[in-house]
Amino acid sequence: MSRSSDDNDRSTYSRGEEFLQAFKKGAEFTQELLKENEKLRYRVLKLEEALSQAGGEGGKDQSSEAVQLRQRIEELEQEKAEILGQIKEIEEENEDFANRYVEIEEENNMLANLYIASFQLHSTLDFKEVLQIIVEIVINLIGAEEFGILLLDEKTNKLEPVAAEGITTSDIPAVPVGQGIIGEAAETGENYFIASISGYVRDYEKPLVCIPLKIKDQVIGVITIYKLLVQKEEFTGVDYELFTLLAGHAATAVFSSRLYSDSERKLSTIQGFIDLLTK
Amino acid sequence: MDVHKVLVVEDSPTMRQLIVFALKRIRGLKIAEASDGVDGLKKLSAETFDLILTDINMPIMDGLKLVSMVRNDPKYKEVPIVVITTEGAVEDRERALSLGANEYITKPIQTTTILDTVKRLLPL
Repeated sequence: MSRSSDDNDRSTYSRGEEFLQAFKKGAEFTQELLKENEKLRYRVLKLEEALSQAGGEGGKDQSSEAVQLRQRIEELEQEKAEILGQIKEIEEENEDFANRYVEIEEENNMLANLYIASFQLHSTLDFKEVLQIIVEIVINLIGAEEFGILLLDEKTNKLEPVAAEGITTSDIPAVPVGQGIIGEAAETGENYFIASISGYVRDYEKPLVCIPLKIKDQVIGVITIYKLLVQKEEFTGVDYELFTLLAGHAATAVFSSRLYSDSERKLSTIQGFIDLLTK
Repeated sequence: MDVHKVLVVEDSPTMRQLIVFALKRIRGLKIAEASDGVDGLKKLSAETFDLILTDINMPIMDGLKLVSMVRNDPKYKEVPIVVITTEGAVEDRERALSLGANEYITKPIQTTTILDTVKRLLPL
């Protein structure tokens, strides 16, 4: 009995020792785990701090870049507005130039026409031929369909019809200087244009247009227009200038050709007398 | 540069000179003149032209007769014809175009219109 009891006691002691050792080891392991846990929690905290710090700095960078970009966009918008303004100015200038070009082209054409017309008017001293050239010019350059040419008779102080187109010369009445629209135009030397062409009915005493033929201030006759070509609906700015310039050239051409015709006639009369006397 | 021959048929010397003067502003044109339709036909038979400009109201032979005769000539079947006239009525225009005219320009003469038309019809 005692021997087995001793053995039992020894075995129980030994198992208790073993358990105690295992418990100690478990306690040590638990301690180590707790320490490790603390270390990790500390590490996580640090990392979170670092991450938060890092995130904050990145946001700041992004924010500053966004501000810069916004400024750049504003600058570019301003630049764009300035460029658009300049383009608009250039376009306006361009339109101005284009309009000016058309005006100059028109004037150039008018001067070319005038050059040819005056060249033709002064190319002859034949009175009838000069009248014919005036008629052609008024039809083709002015666009008149019915008109007359009246010249001043200094003896009677009346404007006498000498040529006409679209109407008969004899239909146009002689007009005393100073009387009516035609007579007044001859007296003052001022061009006359009716206020409105539409609805006009031919009246020999009230033409659409009356242009005095002037050499300086001396009126030698008038051109009276009663009807325009169907396609010529109104007068253009160029027409008014053309009228005046042509009237000047026509006047000198008429005057010199009439003077030449008179001198030719007188010369032949004198020649006749001389022939009579010398025979 | 190619030279294009143009015939101007117009009885009025003033208007003829005016048209010729205007056409001289286009480079590469050789311009001939005729005073009526018959004179025009003579010039057309003597040499070849690339374009004809003609008035309508002319003595001896008017412009419409000329257009008609030119179009019946195989030599000038395809040659552009431009009528320049005082006749502004629609029926006058239609008649000229039906006879074979390519363009119908009414007077008073507008140099720009003549030049633009010639430039359009000739391969300049």
